[in-house]
Amino acid sequence: MAKKTREELRNLREVKKTGIAQRNSSGESIRIIVGTGTCGIAAGAMNTLDAFQDELESHGINGEITQTGCMGLCFSEPTVEVAVPGMPNTIYGNVDGKAAHRIVKEHIINKVAVGDYAFEKPAADIITDETDDTTKKQKRIVLRNCGVINPESIDEYIARDGYAALEKVIFEMTADEVIEELSNAGLRGRGGAGFPTSLKWKFTKNVESDQKFIVCNADEGDPGAYMDRSTCEGDPHSVLEAMTIAGKTVGANQGYIYIRAEYPLAIDRLNNAIDQAREYGLLGKKILGSDFSFDIELRLGAGAFVCGEETALLASIEGKRGMPIPRPPFPAVKGLWGKPTVINNVETWANIPMIIHKGSAWFSSIGTETTKGTKVFALTGKINNSGLIEVPMGTTLREIIYDIGGGIKGGKKFKAAQTGGPSGGVITEEFLDIPIDYESLQSIGSMMGSGGMIVMDEDDCMVDVTKFYLEFSVDESCGKCAPCRIGGRTCYNILDKISKGQGSLEDLDQLKVLAQAMRKASLCGLGQTAPNPIMSTINYFEEEYLAHINNKKCPAGKCKDLLSYTIVEDLCVGCTACARVCPVNCISGEVKEVHAIDQSQCIKCGQCFDKCKFDAILKG
Amino acid sequence: MSMIKCEINGLPVSVPAGTTILDAAKGVGVTIPKLCYHNDLDAWAACGICVVKVEGSPKMLRACATAVGPGMKVVTHDPEVVEVRRTVLELILSTHPNDCLQCGRSGNCELQDLSADFGIRDIPFEKRAPEIPRDTSTPSIVLNPEKCVKCGRCVLVCQEMQNVYALEFIGRGDGTRLAPAADVTLEESPCIKCGQCSAHCPVGAIYEKDDTKAVWDSIKAEDKHVVVQIAPAVRVAIGEAFGYEPGEILTGKTYTALRRLGFDAIFDTNWAADLTIIEEGSEFVKRFAGDGPLPLITSCCPSWTDYMEKFAPDFIDNFSSAKSPQEMLGVMSKTYYAEKAGIDPATITMVSVMPCTSKKYEITRSDEMFASGYQDIDYSITTRELARMIKQAGIDFPALPDSECDSILGQYTGAGTIFGVTGGVMEAALRSAYYLITKEDLEQVEFEAVRGMEGVKTAEIDVKGTKVRIAVAHQMGNVQAVIDQVREARKKGEELPYHFIEVMACRGGCIGGGGQPHGATDEIRALRTRGIYTDDEKSKLRCSHHNPEIKRVYDEYLGEPLGQKAHELLHTAYTERPLYKK
Amino acid sequence: MTTIAGKEKMLTPEIEAFIEKWKGKPGNLIMVLHRVQEEFGYVPRDAAFEVAEALGIPVAKIYGVITFYHFFKLSKPGRNQIAVCMGTACYLNGGQDLIDECERILGVGLNTVTEDGEFSIEAVRCIGCCGLAPVLTLNGEVFGKVNTKQMRRIIQQFEGK
Ligand SMILES: Cc1cc2nc3c(=O)[nH]c(=O)nc-3n(C[C@H](O)[C@H](O)[C@H](O)COP(=O)(O)O)c2cc1C
Ligand code: SF4
Ligand code: SF4
Ligand code: SF4
Ligand code: SF4
Ligand code: SF4
Ligand code: SF4
Ligand code: SF4
Ligand code: SF4
Ligand code: FES
Ligand code: FES
Ligand code: FES
Repeated sequence: MAKKTREELRNLREVKKTGIAQRNSSGESIRIIVGTGTCGIAAGAMNTLDAFQDELESHGINGEITQTGCMGLCFSEPTVEVAVPGMPNTIYGNVDGKAAHRIVKEHIINKVAVGDYAFEKPAADIITDETDDTTKKQKRIVLRNCGVINPESIDEYIARDGYAALEKVIFEMTADEVIEELSNAGLRGRGGAGFPTSLKWKFTKNVESDQKFIVCNADEGDPGAYMDRSTCEGDPHSVLEAMTIAGKTVGANQGYIYIRAEYPLAIDRLNNAIDQAREYGLLGKKILGSDFSFDIELRLGAGAFVCGEETALLASIEGKRGMPIPRPPFPAVKGLWGKPTVINNVETWANIPMIIHKGSAWFSSIGTETTKGTKVFALTGKINNSGLIEVPMGTTLREIIYDIGGGIKGGKKFKAAQTGGPSGGVITEEFLDIPIDYESLQSIGSMMGSGGMIVMDEDDCMVDVTKFYLEFSVDESCGKCAPCRIGGRTCYNILDKISKGQGSLEDLDQLKVLAQAMRKASLCGLGQTAPNPIMSTINYFEEEYLAHINNKKCPAGKCKDLLSYTIVEDLCVGCTACARVCPVNCISGEVKEVHAIDQSQCIKCGQCFDKCKFDAILKG
Repeated sequence: MSMIKCEINGLPVSVPAGTTILDAAKGVGVTIPKLCYHNDLDAWAACGICVVKVEGSPKMLRACATAVGPGMKVVTHDPEVVEVRRTVLELILSTHPNDCLQCGRSGNCELQDLSADFGIRDIPFEKRAPEIPRDTSTPSIVLNPEKCVKCGRCVLVCQEMQNVYALEFIGRGDGTRLAPAADVTLEESPCIKCGQCSAHCPVGAIYEKDDTKAVWDSIKAEDKHVVVQIAPAVRVAIGEAFGYEPGEILTGKTYTALRRLGFDAIFDTNWAADLTIIEEGSEFVKRFAGDGPLPLITSCCPSWTDYMEKFAPDFIDNFSSAKSPQEMLGVMSKTYYAEKAGIDPATITMVSVMPCTSKKYEITRSDEMFASGYQDIDYSITTRELARMIKQAGIDFPALPDSECDSILGQYTGAGTIFGVTGGVMEAALRSAYYLITKEDLEQVEFEAVRGMEGVKTAEIDVKGTKVRIAVAHQMGNVQAVIDQVREARKKGEELPYHFIEVMACRGGCIGGGGQPHGATDEIRALRTRGIYTDDEKSKLRCSHHNPEIKRVYDEYLGEPLGQKAHELLHTAYTERPLYKK
Repeated sequence: MTTIAGKEKMLTPEIEAFIEKWKGKPGNLIMVLHRVQEEFGYVPRDAAFEVAEALGIPVAKIYGVITFYHFFKLSKPGRNQIAVCMGTACYLNGGQDLIDECERILGVGLNTVTEDGEFSIEAVRCIGCCGLAPVLTLNGEVFGKVNTKQMRRIIQQFEGK
């Protein structure tokens, strides 16, 4: 495969387009597309893939089996899309070997969908692409190719208008026009802070320098978020194309993708994509025969959340300890090795080719007044359909949780959702209807964050969750500055005390004082935002703190030190189930006699409680 | 340079672009408290004590690390800012042992001062002072991690100023420590004992190893004849401990104080500096005349020799074998002086007062440090330790009369005194080398080219038509460039860039030594330097070869410079010391 | 830079080739350390010294980096490495219980190796499979929706392997 000229790229796109179009309609050949993102593989997608291979072979069926990235239906992994001529494309969930056997037999051979595994709606309605339809709550711009194309095939990316934006930027637009377009689109950084992307680019473009850099932030440190992983795994070229566009615009020739080492598959897919792009002359010297040269390399993180912070990230790329430095000067002016550097988040990047390709007017028509476009969320926690979703800005939390997420697991009561991870705050029931954008989330003490959305139910204790977040921030603090290094630990210790029933009302005041000092005097965003979960939960769930402090009770029954399990004599029938399950063997009693728990040994694991069919065990 | 106009607390300010808020505030009489910032270093911006409000910024900004911008409106003090600073300070104190009474920095500690200024009476937060053992492995400095406030200064000093990388941040979060890497002790680390970390530490977390008790014991011991010497740089800095301006020359008072402390004989290292010049100057002349190898490199700074033995052993042959003045005086006291005074050298205790922590290491660094048959120097204490002894003895230093030092190892020339500053050894050597080569004295003894704070100073000196190329480097980190230049020329077989090189490990030379009173900045170094040059200018004799006591010692005892006796007593050797030998 | 001499080399020729390839690139240290850890499961002391020598980076800087990043280890982990996710999604869905159970089964705490050197347990922060929470990995293989009961079976699978 040789390097391509602009002409050749266009021809290739036309040819491949027909192929891809085929599969979007009902198709003429049999295709089985297996979702092989990390979580798909974790759920056994590779076995599923093999099973299909065997099944097709044994039935002598001529069909194609391919892979794709995240379809967004993570709760039903492994997921598989099946295309058979004459039938609507269908998505199957939880497809193991047995399911594969049935799908081949019933769906492919007998042309009857396998109801036990199939999603009700046709595939085209689930992977909604961008056909706008108010009944469908999702809109896929960033995830346009995820779960659709084979991420290991540059041709499939090209067929879906891939690299068309780059072409346009290289041959038809000036740098100022590109920046103008982004500005009109109103694109704001998806890494958390929501800074206008066009401004960053403009700063860097306007600085004189012999060298400039483009950096993609794929550190995705927010625990409970995986939008960026899925994008890199499912559509790596969109990031490469966007970075190259930025290179051309600001005058940089080298890009780096900083990605966490915990994402081996994403790393493979990106490396593979870089190789392909180089082969096609879409990276490297004289791209598409123009005078512009640009290349991209990967740099791996090594387990430090703070390295998502941009100055720490740059230090880490330079091979150093990831300790933030003060801004200003901002990286846009003085970044990697002291050179002007554009840093954007994966999701921000993935938006850009579409904005250039379809125009700013299209993009800015989506979203709210202040916040344009869509947002990808990793919807997890106590939610039925946990998964990767993309919604227009302005969607409400209620729509996300109930319409898309299918409501709370086990029919429990919604308590709160946390966005922004350890930097964010809780969104409570009363705010379920506020439209999501940067400003409104901030106004209620939360933040957009990078896209982790964790749903909590009545069994989750707010003190416990806050303690969890603080533990995270303490563990991940780089230790450079006193407010964060010492303040964070002090907050954690106070929360720990409260969760053990040893807190006092003064502790609440201290938390507030500490939060103020950390917010104002910490050097970087980690320390500045670490107290957010504290302030937010104290604000909305003060009574829960008070219950721990005054009544020494954990209303959610989560804080183990405030919890005991006891057997109600009248209800116990002596079935011994609890004694058998107790991991520390602290339940005694003869068969058919009342059992008893030795409180001094009990580790409060709750297994007996779950096991007792007679509701004879009391938790409280 | 373009000027920036902005506003601090409503006061109009106009400062050059790039000025920090901290410095700009100083200009209008506003002091912003700070802890981690030090003038010598790039702002590390760690502590968060110096935060200020800047209009338009939601968080507070660090005054030490933020340059003023046009039209910027800064508020340095209002109840909210002060409250935040106080909380940060209380947090720092909550992890600090707060045992000022057992601390070498009490009365002179940046954290203690802050605490006093903020009027801290209680620490509301849970106390969590870590218990970590001290590192006492080197003869020079002690690391007490319990007191460390993680300001990062020592690491920046050791790595960026000194290029040694003995210390590094280890671990992260609230487990961060400042320590040698790979779990070795400081002694096993690349540390060159310069003590610059201790001079820059704002608190009592790194300090000189205290040898004053041993000195007191010797003074008290009936059967000891206790001899003391003071180094050039001590006299212009000791006053700082007693309220004098830096740079005040207090030689006479120091002699008196030493006498009152109970020392039996008081000598001056400056005398030995003159002796060093004769030996080293002769060595240079000999090598320059064709014996080689060149360049000749000065060796009177033990941190520098340590650095070379560790990082540049390919330069061993280039080092002057002449001992440092401290050691020369030591060996001469236990030989020549003992003989003249009829004292059994076994009963002599030799104490040196140095601006330097490294001198504590030098006194046992090799076999040649025992050339008298005894350990030539028994104890080396720093300027800081001497000041403490003076205070402990109840001596009212400012009230002391001047006095003279004792004869035969005391009288010195201006050349001896300038050893205390960067370029001084070179200048002193040139004054005498000129004479040794031409048999004529210089009319103009000052060599401006080797003076000043430039990290590396180079010059070509005309010695009656012969060109001598010289380089002077100070602050260890500046040396590598010179070494590399020579290596490069060697590799390519080109003519050497220099014939003679002076190196001092500390910024500004010994006046900026690791054992000097705390708080040195370039301003203070400049004042101390001025003091040294004034001492030189006031001297009647300004060249070492004019020192009559030096002449006498050669006549009566040593014979020829570089002669056999001189060689036995006054010269040493170097050996390669691989890093991390554990 | 002179470091320990006269010892047998720790770095394999493959790692040396890798270093050679990366040597000219700025900011190579972390990539090289990844490669070393991939080989040994941790960064052995001698290897760190050899990397210092090969890259011309002070030993202090190397240890500064190793001890900063949680990913790098200074001691040998178990032959089988269990990493339980303690990201938010996994925590809410019982990640801590998995750790407790794991500790109980193996009789060692977090970040320690069982006496026979077979297993070690650590907590990690989100491996990006939150949809399957709680999640753990064993030697890199991901297990999703794990409950305490499955824990023992998963461990048994690897025992003696
Ligand atoms: C502690 C901390 C962690 C962060 N982690 C991430 C991250 O994992 N991914 C990310 O894209 N941005 C992260 N950010 C935000 C980045 O610093 C930066 O703002 C972002 O990469 C800029 O890209 P954007 O303008 O496209 O959002 C983090 C910030 C802080 C303070
Ligand atoms: S706020 Fe925390 S993470 Fe950020 S620089 Fe300070 S100590 Fe490091
Ligand atoms: S809570 Fe757990 S430890 Fe306690 S009795 Fe029940 S099963 Fe046993
Ligand atoms: S499981 Fe319930 S009923 Fe059965 S022995 Fe235990 S407490 Fe009694
Ligand atoms: S370091 Fe300062 S504050 Fe700390 S104990 Fe010593 S004198 Fe007191
Ligand atoms: S300052 Fe106060 S605590 Fe310290 S010694 Fe004096 S009286 Fe005691
Ligand atoms: S004495 Fe000098 S070399 Fe040793 S640790 Fe301190 S600054 Fe570094
Ligand atoms: S030892 Fe001293 S200089 Fe070094 S970080 Fe600690 S307090 Fe600062
Ligand atoms: S320059 Fe002077 S004070 Fe500094 S280490 Fe060398 S001899 Fe000691
Ligand atoms: S479907 Fe697997 S990551 Fe979402
Ligand atoms: S003095 Fe500015 S942050 Fe410490
Ligand atoms: S929180 Fe466990 S995989 Fe994300």
